[in-house]
Amino acid sequence: MSLLEVQDLKVSYGGIQALKGISLSIAQGELVTLIGSNGAGKTTTLKALAGLLHPASGKINYQERSLLHIPAHQRVANGISLVPEGRGIFARLTVEENLLMGAYVRSDKAETAADLERQYVLFPRLAERRTQLAGTLSGGEQQMVAMARALMSHPTLLMLDEPSMGLAPLMVEKIFETIRDISAQGVTILLVEQNAKLALEAAQRGYVLESGAITLSGAASELLGSDAVQRAYLGA
Amino acid sequence: MDIFFQQIINGLVQGSVYALVALGYTMVYGILGLINFAHGEVVMIGAMIALTVLQSLLAAAFAPVLAVLLSLMAAVAVCMALGYSIERIAYRPLRNAPRLAPLITAIGVSIVLQNLAMMIWGREYHSFNLPFASTSHHLGGAVMNDVQIVIVIVALVIMAGLMWLVHQTRTGRAMRAVAENPAAATLMGVDINRVISVTFMLGSALAAIAGFMVSANYGIVHYYMGFMLGLKAFTAAVLGGIGNLRGAMLGGVLLGLIESLGAGYIGDLTGGFLGSHYQDVFAFFVLIAVLVFRPSGLLGEKLAERA
Ligand SMILES: Nc1ncnc2c1ncn2[C@@H]1O[C@H](COP(=O)(O)OP(=O)(O)OP(=O)(O)O)[C@@H](O)[C@H]1O
Ligand SMILES: [Mg+2]
Repeated sequence: MSLLEVQDLKVSYGGIQALKGISLSIAQGELVTLIGSNGAGKTTTLKALAGLLHPASGKINYQERSLLHIPAHQRVANGISLVPEGRGIFARLTVEENLLMGAYVRSDKAETAADLERQYVLFPRLAERRTQLAGTLSGGEQQMVAMARALMSHPTLLMLDEPSMGLAPLMVEKIFETIRDISAQGVTILLVEQNAKLALEAAQRGYVLESGAITLSGAASELLGSDAVQRAYLGA
Repeated sequence: MDIFFQQIINGLVQGSVYALVALGYTMVYGILGLINFAHGEVVMIGAMIALTVLQSLLAAAFAPVLAVLLSLMAAVAVCMALGYSIERIAYRPLRNAPRLAPLITAIGVSIVLQNLAMMIWGREYHSFNLPFASTSHHLGGAVMNDVQIVIVIVALVIMAGLMWLVHQTRTGRAMRAVAENPAAATLMGVDINRVISVTFMLGSALAAIAGFMVSANYGIVHYYMGFMLGLKAFTAAVLGGIGNLRGAMLGGVLLGLIESLGAGYIGDLTGGFLGSHYQDVFAFFVLIAVLVFRPSGLLGEKLAERA
């Protein structure tokens, strides 16, 4: 049974159609990646799923219910969490305040405190910096804040928009390791990446988006081996 | 020497009022990037409501202290509702409009409120007398009365409370998050409309208290009183660095001091050419000087375009 079911989703910016009717589905517990070149519509897709953009038409069903009329801030309470492109951390809040913002929709204080400690175990680097203003962190550390903050909401579906962007190779590796960990804990993940190789290696399934339309989909290992993907994204 | 000390006291009292009003400007600016020019009128409405309620309660033989407290609470309640409505009706529909539109709307709201007040309370000055005597205390040649002492203490307590709310509570954290990045705050599950409403209501509550304070201090209210007070509090907010809460408090107190020391000495400084009725000029000198030499204010960050 799929957790998320998107059918013929169309999104426009003014007159420009960024998504020309895409369909995809994600099963509970899966790690699915959405790859594509610049301007393909990956961010647009995630924003529409998070509720930041309103589709012109199409269906988004989550846990068998339509999300279309649920405002963005209520989708978080339903378990949908987006780590946006560019991370969207609160630079003038401390690391810990950023994490607490992630738990904004949760009311149990004791559980929130335990969750905080769990994030600090997952990202020991953040524990040392809990009282530091998030804006003063390095890019990699900010990405950790963004991911830890999203986990604080106990997401059922975690969406990551280019988590490796602008990071040094070692940090990229660390971030992908964490993504695998989170996935292993049972969180469903929709991963958007430019780094198609890494993403396809981590994911079970993948979709290829080109100019607002899905052109290929299938098991990640198959996509990784396919000529089209090799040529377009892996520079083979 | 005693003139100096006296002017310091007057400046602190008036500065406390400016600080409370300036906080309202700065909170709204911090979250919406909007100068709410109607904020001064909210102060005036607070004063008028307090006056009306106080008079009717006293006429109904309420105990003086109770009447004062109830009239203050009524002013706070009405102003919170007013602040909420102003945002909901006038500003929210323009949330994504070019910046000039809400600015002009703010001036429009201000004119509407002034005229409404004039229709309800008339054009004349009303005296605002507290139903008990305010004892004067002599402090080294200067005088400070009970009302002034209470004004300064209440303002300090309120400002401390506000800082606590903004920096230590979940709601305050959400306010800061929305101010910095509304889209990211939405992704955390924050209903930004609710946070914006809360911000307007908080600022308006402070405005109501400030309105009560000036009225009690000067013993007079008038439908036009919000204009100059609002402009000066706005100046105070700019002086401290608009958008910055500590800046608004610092700017308020500083402006109160500058004004009152300026008024105290302007006669001597100009050989009697200009008198203390030129007091209002100082605020605008300050405003112009800040805008020219340090547009980001004393505690403000460099004015960066909001993302
Ligand atoms: N706010 C906007 N207004 C107008 N057009 C937009 C806007 N945001 C995106 N677009 C357009 O929509 C298309 C898809 O953009 P989107 O950001 O979804 O691409 P992307 O796949 O995330 O690209 P990248 O890999 O560079 O992040 C692009 O052509 C882009 O120019
Ligand atoms: Mg993108």
